[in-house]
Amino acid sequence: MKWVSSNISISVAIKVGFMFAALKCVISRDLTLAMRHRSDVLTTVFFFIIVVSLFPLGVGPEAELLRSMAAGVVWVAALLASMLALTRLFSDDYNDGTLEQLLLVPQPLALLVFGKILAHWLISGVPLVLMSPLLGLQFGLGSDALIMLVLTLLLGTPVLSLIGAIGAALTLGLRGGGVLVSLLVLPLYIPVLIFGAGAVEASASGMGAQGHLSLMGAILILALLLAPLASAAALRISVE
Amino acid sequence: MSINWFKYSAPSSFYPLAGKVAPWFAFTAAILFVVGLYLSFFVAPTDYKQGEGYRIMFIHVPAAWMSMFIYIIMACWAAAGMIWRTRLSSMMASALAPTGAIFTFIALWTGALWGKPMWGTWWVWDARLTSELILLFLYIGFMALESAIDDPRRAARASGLLALVGVINVPIIYYSVQWWNTLHQGASIKMSESGGMETSMTEIMLWTLLIMTFACWFYTIAIALTRVRSIILERESNNVWVKEMLQGER
Repeated sequence: MKWVSSNISISVAIKVGFMFAALKCVISRDLTLAMRHRSDVLTTVFFFIIVVSLFPLGVGPEAELLRSMAAGVVWVAALLASMLALTRLFSDDYNDGTLEQLLLVPQPLALLVFGKILAHWLISGVPLVLMSPLLGLQFGLGSDALIMLVLTLLLGTPVLSLIGAIGAALTLGLRGGGVLVSLLVLPLYIPVLIFGAGAVEASASGMGAQGHLSLMGAILILALLLAPLASAAALRISVE
Repeated sequence: MSINWFKYSAPSSFYPLAGKVAPWFAFTAAILFVVGLYLSFFVAPTDYKQGEGYRIMFIHVPAAWMSMFIYIIMACWAAAGMIWRTRLSSMMASALAPTGAIFTFIALWTGALWGKPMWGTWWVWDARLTSELILLFLYIGFMALESAIDDPRRAARASGLLALVGVINVPIIYYSVQWWNTLHQGASIKMSESGGMETSMTEIMLWTLLIMTFACWFYTIAIALTRVRSIILERESNNVWVKEMLQGER
């Protein structure tokens, strides 16, 4: 009996090893592809910067007003920028047939989708996080608020990618998919926006932002748990 | 006596049943609406604080309730469709969506009309108003996704998944908006005005509200059954039973 159980545990270990190998393969592949098309990454970042820079031109240069708006403006711009990048998440793979191959792989699809989302976040989310202190400075945020801005974006942008992946998978190959994705995904982004911008505002006004951060962490965990499964189901529906 | 309910999960046997039942629901809804509207305009007493203006509540509150109920019911149908792969479930989900969106819109619109004389403004970024607006966006997203996909099977499954994702998010959105509101605003305008009124609601007001709510329920059922009949005909138009039935009618 003993060798049977050890055999099973070995086969499980091999399976898990294959799963991680597949995950790593998907991530490194997507990152390599992104590095070959660097302009895609830069477009998202510049879109983010331009949208944020438009606000002072729209509402006027009063420093006090801008400081009070900063968190919301940066967060809304981050929302829009990450949404803009969503259409690329699955569409290239869908068009050249890679996605169908991914669906046939014996490893769980949700895991592979998770790898794709992680790569997507590294490409489109992390640059936004890195750019945000600069934009916060332009709006006259203090150092505490700047740190909080980076921290909330670090917690929040993965959620944007995770939730967005569901919308991107559902609208795969549809005409007008880009506009449709915004209609589906933006309402679901609202909690992240509220707590993200709220945390920065709370710390700027001297109140603690602990509660906001905890809630964002909770949302991130929930999204990590459910979004890959939902995206995988959506992909199966779309590709079928 | 036992009825085999699963028999009616087949569109071919549900279609005639819905046709038989829907007029009765419509009839009941009409009677309830007449009674409810009569009570709300002529019998219910004038409110001591809000005057005659509060009477819009008898439309506003049922519409707001219905907008939320219908989303949950829609998600339940969508879940049933995903689990048992029954065609009828997803048809019911898509039949309910427009009615839910209309009730959401009515709730927002009457809310604005009510807000103007009571609070002096059409719109407040209050938690309830904001979450109702987001609910409208969710309904519109559901319908937009469904109409963007040509293949009806894929459309049904994709929009069903979206409804499920939405229903998980509804409580999160609701509470986040509520916390956002309490953190943000100094209470320039208080929602509790209407809350205060509800506690002082007389019995006749309560009954009127209940009757109006039931009228909305029956209206929803009637309209959803009628709509699902059209959807059944549209999606099953290639099936034999539809052709036979249409020829029989001729």
